[in-house]
Amino acid sequence: MTAENAYIPFSSHIDDVIKHTGKEYTFRMHYTGEVKPGQFFEVSMPKYGEAPISVSGIGPDYVDLTIRRVGRVTNEVFELYKGQSLLLRGPYGNGFDTDLYADGETVVVAGGTGVSPVRGVISALAGMPNAKDKYVIVGFRSPSDMLFRDDLKAWDEKLNLILTVDGAPEGYDGKVGLVTKYIADLPLRDPSTAKAVVVGPPPMMKFTIIELKKKGFPEENITVSYERKMCCGLGKCGHCRVGDTYICLDGPVFNYAKAKDLVD
Amino acid sequence: MGYKLTRDDFAQVIHRLSGQYRIYAPVLKKGAGRFTDTDVVRYDFVTDADEIELTKKSDYAFKEFLTPLSETLFYFTESKVTEAELPDTPVLIFLRSCDMHAIKRLDQIYLQNGSMPDWFYNRRRELVKFVLIGCSHSYENCFCVSMGSNIAPDGYVFSVDVRDDEVLCDVPDVAFDSFFAAGTQQNVVPCHVTENETRVTVPENIPLSIFKDPLWDEYTTRCIGCGRCNFVCPTCTCYTMQDVYYTDNGRVGERRRVGASCMVDGFTNVAGGGQYRKTQGERMRFKVLHKISDHKKRFGVNMCVGCGRCDDVCPEYISYSNIINKVNDAVNAAGKEA
Repeated sequence: MTAENAYIPFSSHIDDVIKHTGKEYTFRMHYTGEVKPGQFFEVSMPKYGEAPISVSGIGPDYVDLTIRRVGRVTNEVFELYKGQSLLLRGPYGNGFDTDLYADGETVVVAGGTGVSPVRGVISALAGMPNAKDKYVIVGFRSPSDMLFRDDLKAWDEKLNLILTVDGAPEGYDGKVGLVTKYIADLPLRDPSTAKAVVVGPPPMMKFTIIELKKKGFPEENITVSYERKMCCGLGKCGHCRVGDTYICLDGPVFNYAKAKDLVD
Repeated sequence: MGYKLTRDDFAQVIHRLSGQYRIYAPVLKKGAGRFTDTDVVRYDFVTDADEIELTKKSDYAFKEFLTPLSETLFYFTESKVTEAELPDTPVLIFLRSCDMHAIKRLDQIYLQNGSMPDWFYNRRRELVKFVLIGCSHSYENCFCVSMGSNIAPDGYVFSVDVRDDEVLCDVPDVAFDSFFAAGTQQNVVPCHVTENETRVTVPENIPLSIFKDPLWDEYTTRCIGCGRCNFVCPTCTCYTMQDVYYTDNGRVGERRRVGASCMVDGFTNVAGGGQYRKTQGERMRFKVLHKISDHKKRFGVNMCVGCGRCDDVCPEYISYSNIINKVNDAVNAAGKEA
């Protein structure tokens, strides 16, 4: 038995903890291997189990994992601090190919924690010479749920950022409304050749895609990333399977022309 | 080479084999059935030929050696992770033709799907050799002929057919010939059935419209989501991992994987409350289409091998073979409309 045992996690040092909201922190984990935005790691908390967490940032010697405190495992992860370590397996999944969005007009629509997997894509767009052709619509539930505030500022200077919240207390002077509201008015030169990336909660993705198609986007120019329960990340455990597709192997990033036929 | 043996000689064969192999075979458990005074046939390790139940279909599948219902993967001790040990004695598994075909499906998921073989499955798989139990007749709910799994042409080291006081064995693996020296050499073809009372027609090219077909609705009310059909199925492979910690030392524990069922609530739950198939009808559709279509799209063969154990075990008397035929009817009807 010489082959590598993929189930054994490796220990990774927590280089930093960035707190976005009371229940959403980014853990900057020491990591030097190859990794793409949209891929994910299985994060282990011995005693509580594992949770699949997508990569929200990539550096020369780190990956960012933005974790929402919503489950058995993630509750425990929040008890950890800079200087401690986490057990990881991965990266898994196909991830985004940012080169696809280099030419022409691109629209990214992301909702809530769905911003995490596309953060790397948006940063890449912001650094492109034609960043003025890139549109990013980011929606959060309320102003206090906003993630990546520093990034949002930086992106706003480079590309066309529409930052919106579903609802806000009185006196909030930003945009209020669902992300879908802004698609019809995007000043695109040619929606039929523009590309789109959509990531967020299932209902948000569904209605965003309807709006994009109304706007004239061909299905094959839309990329989506799907969330499913993933126990192993290796194509064995069966939890993420939809039809003949294993989200952890064949996804989680899909061309919508394929993804539209994935019926749970 | 084939052999004819007396029952006593066959008992000697098993006795000698048990010195070199752990023998995993169907065993009749008296009074251990699901209802009072009923028996159950399930797999266990044996050392004696009399323990092996060769006349009944096993209620549970052989897969419990390869994919145990609960298996410790590794132990955590502070910062160390240590793989659980597994005895390296080779294992002989007694099974029927349908189950021989199931092995290929298990291998497809655990060895071929993804970029690498499953480490824990692989180490068990490498220990295993198979003994084919011939089928002289079809059992209740079997539909192996429809699924093309009624004949197992190869993959076994020897076969067993009991006829009155004689045992007939085909021994394709020459390494096992020496165990059969007491027998009379003759040509042996393992028994197989050519007809089942239950027959199914698996439709080709199932259209997406089947997802919306009302045929699934009755299972939302009939199916209680107990998952027994998955646990007895020789080709169901899904699992969940869970951690167990020892109460008197909270820093030491183990990670296990346990059998999971796509029919049981919670199978698709994601953190934050998301769930992808909420009704039993949707879950039934998901399971059935995997068995007769989705696995084939990915691996070229249907997952279902027609053993009928899911029908044997269902407490609501839901017939899976009947569902296959209903899907076929719905596909034909949709074809006529189009």
